[in-house]
Amino acid sequence: MLATPLLITREIPNLTYSATPRCFDESWEAPLSTLLGLGRAAGADFIEFFLERVNYISCMAEDDVISSIAPKLSTGAGVRVFLGKADCYVSTNDLSFNGLKAALEKALGIMGLTFPSAMSFVPEINLEILRDYATKRSKASWLDNSSSMQEMSDVLLAANDTLLKKAAHVRSRKAAYFRDWQEMMVAASDGTFARDIRLTQSVGYSLLCEEGSNRSNINKRVGSTSDPAFLRTWDYAFDAEEVSESAGKMLYADYVESGDYPIVMANQFGGVIFHEACGHLLETTQIERKTTPFMDKKGQKIAHENLTAWDEGLTKDAFGTIDMDDEGMPAQRTLLIENGILKNFISDRAGSMRTGHPRTGSGRRQGYTHAAASRMRNTYIAPGKFTTDELFASIDKGIYCKKMGGGSVGATGEFNFAVDEAYLIENGKLTKPLKGATLIGEAVDVMQKISMSSQDLGLAAGFCGSVSGSVYVTVGQPHLKVDSITVGGR
Amino acid sequence: MSKIQTIAQDAKNAAAKLGIQKFDIYGSTVDETSVQVDSGEPQQMKASQRSGVTVRVWNGGTVGVTSTTDVDPVGLELALKTAFEASAFGATENVPDFSPEAMATIEDHKASAPTTSTVEKLLSTLVSAEKALLESHAAITAIPYNGLAERALERFYINSNGATRHESHAVASVYLYTKTEQENRKPRSAGAFRVGYGVDELDIKACVKEAADKTISHLDYEKIQTGKYRVVFSPEAILGLVGAFSNLFNAQSILDNQSLSTAESLGETIASPLLSLSDDALHPENIGAETFDGEGTPTRCIPLITNGVLTSFIHSAGTAKRMNTTPTGNASMGAKVGVSRNFLHLFAGEPATEIYSLETAENVILVDELSALHAGVQSLQGSFSLPFDGWLVNKGVRTSIDSATIAGDIREVLKAIIFVEPETHFTGSGVAPYVWVEGLSVTGG
Repeated sequence: MLATPLLITREIPNLTYSATPRCFDESWEAPLSTLLGLGRAAGADFIEFFLERVNYISCMAEDDVISSIAPKLSTGAGVRVFLGKADCYVSTNDLSFNGLKAALEKALGIMGLTFPSAMSFVPEINLEILRDYATKRSKASWLDNSSSMQEMSDVLLAANDTLLKKAAHVRSRKAAYFRDWQEMMVAASDGTFARDIRLTQSVGYSLLCEEGSNRSNINKRVGSTSDPAFLRTWDYAFDAEEVSESAGKMLYADYVESGDYPIVMANQFGGVIFHEACGHLLETTQIERKTTPFMDKKGQKIAHENLTAWDEGLTKDAFGTIDMDDEGMPAQRTLLIENGILKNFISDRAGSMRTGHPRTGSGRRQGYTHAAASRMRNTYIAPGKFTTDELFASIDKGIYCKKMGGGSVGATGEFNFAVDEAYLIENGKLTKPLKGATLIGEAVDVMQKISMSSQDLGLAAGFCGSVSGSVYVTVGQPHLKVDSITVGGR
Repeated sequence: MSKIQTIAQDAKNAAAKLGIQKFDIYGSTVDETSVQVDSGEPQQMKASQRSGVTVRVWNGGTVGVTSTTDVDPVGLELALKTAFEASAFGATENVPDFSPEAMATIEDHKASAPTTSTVEKLLSTLVSAEKALLESHAAITAIPYNGLAERALERFYINSNGATRHESHAVASVYLYTKTEQENRKPRSAGAFRVGYGVDELDIKACVKEAADKTISHLDYEKIQTGKYRVVFSPEAILGLVGAFSNLFNAQSILDNQSLSTAESLGETIASPLLSLSDDALHPENIGAETFDGEGTPTRCIPLITNGVLTSFIHSAGTAKRMNTTPTGNASMGAKVGVSRNFLHLFAGEPATEIYSLETAENVILVDELSALHAGVQSLQGSFSLPFDGWLVNKGVRTSIDSATIAGDIREVLKAIIFVEPETHFTGSGVAPYVWVEGLSVTGG
């Protein structure tokens, strides 16, 4: 049997490829393999292509009208080139062979490399047989089976109508939905060749109530991956009830008095504080920048022995669930902290190369304009042994943080979080609503003060913005007690 | 034929094919290169060339919108077709129209010619800056957040009535954020940034010096007592705070009941008479100024607050029509036409009766930078609770403050202004002076 002769650089302009223009399938193997070989011939240590096609639509009902319904179509690719531990990333909208080749040439040029001379052999890059996660769970039909524009319009208007019936003192109400359908392909010079389809959807309410000079604004959002029927099965009556009740209570809330308090943080979105204050510090990106106090603490106690935490991409239909990460690696379940001991970091390819921590299927990115980085997926604190009532009963005077707002973590680990819905705890009972509270602290301190966890683990959908853009994540926890934390207020 | 002309012609052809009579397109192309370094070595280099357009299609009494990055003839046709489909669900009331000023003459404005620096130049410039900053003080052990970028932007607006707008400009930027390590002391961080028309115009030495000076000034820090303080906001801090509550001036927010103002608020006193504020897209210090908005309306200077009185709102064509006024060049194309500020210019209004100085004031807090504006601001309620970097100042002596937050209500803050310094300073989002405010709540960490 004769071996196929190696490709010579000068032959590349004469090659014709017939990659399917509107689908990422096996037909992309030949052009991507050639380009990867060309990159290796130029002297790059590693090359990766990321191809993406997005069909996104958002729809919003404001009061009783559909105020926007906006599709967004996007295609693009990114090429990442490594030379030693340095890398560069070039993105383009042009998915033709010549467009991808131009992007590769630019990336190589940035790294000080050039295409080889006309008579050079191009190494063969033997890509694996396409690992096609898009063939699982009827993903090919997800886009067609998700809600039509008519259905979006009908559901959101009905939801807003329900909200009006349940809430009092309404000034404005919004119901908003989006569907993000994404097809992606990864091909890399180590042979990685994988494809996936994702369907991410989210819907929620924003309610503004007003009476006299008092105002309250409550938001709630739920999310799903992999369920085309998500919108049509949304229990908006339940969410309308919850949002209305919260807005009604917060309308007459007093400002919180600043000081140090014991607090109980609610489950579900309460987990945002762990995500921000600790989760980000366990990403290898932070180790590379030397901005995490935990960088040399693997195997050491960094939290109260009550605390165990996970990051994973596997929970069915959770907002951060992925079959493969954006570097083509299957998702995993990563134990972060076990009984207070730091067990693992969250790592992408570059992070693994630069820090030595193994990849965890956590290389994620917003889209083709971003290089992947180590990012969280579904991140949560494991349930404990207490009941929620026992947490409240342990506090004479403190604050119940029922609904967390957003927050941030500084370069040195200090964090702050707004609390959208809070209540005063007096002698183990909730007494009055409070507004204007901000939780302030440092991860290394607070992690040691999470002394009680209840049994009611709950997850919530969220959006995480960081170095590789905005990605869909889940945050979660059971009800937790923090022995003492600074609460900013008036 | 230029790329913009090609897109315009392709769109006309596709619209004709689909039987679409009325449409407009706003779009942009961006060519960007950026570098980051770590300890003298390249960390990550990025380059991107990307295009995107938003098309609106009128279908009888409704409008449909679609965005796409696919600007070839096939992509544009698909976008127009999808927008036409979406128009079936568009609102039937207050339907937007072309801006009445989409074809108005635009005066010449200084635009920067795109420049292209080599990656080697970007890297060597940033490596030198990193080295200088690391050498400025022994406690500065890393510059974990740094970047140098050069960006060329082309933007355009066309509509089926024949309006054609097109402009391009270039911007370069650098940022440097330090991290310190000292025995038995918390790590501290501070930074600075600069923007210019090109890398050669960036004052990188000044950026390094500012980052170093700020970092050094935060090395010796102390906790602060919780209480009420007289507060001085830096230009960046006051613009950040006012910008977070820009629904006060935003006509779309007002019409959507998502504002602290109402349509009747014009003429009301909402701030101290010492304060004036305008949105001035063409301000000479606005690097990357845009001469038209997403609907093709020329941008301009809009007085928002004059001597404490709410003077104007910012508008799109649609909000202007509903409020019986003229558009102001603040429309942004998206899922729905939005209204957004361009470049804030905050300055002294009525003359001050009392002059304050950090050299003589006692026990005042100088807020240098507010953090977490996305999280700590309740923009529909007026309240905020925000962490900040700053100093306690006593007769000119500054002591860095350990982690703390500042809280208040924007409407009370604007009225509690006791002094607006005369000298304005450029920040990324506008120009402003230092602004003194009486009696704000500060919580020590």
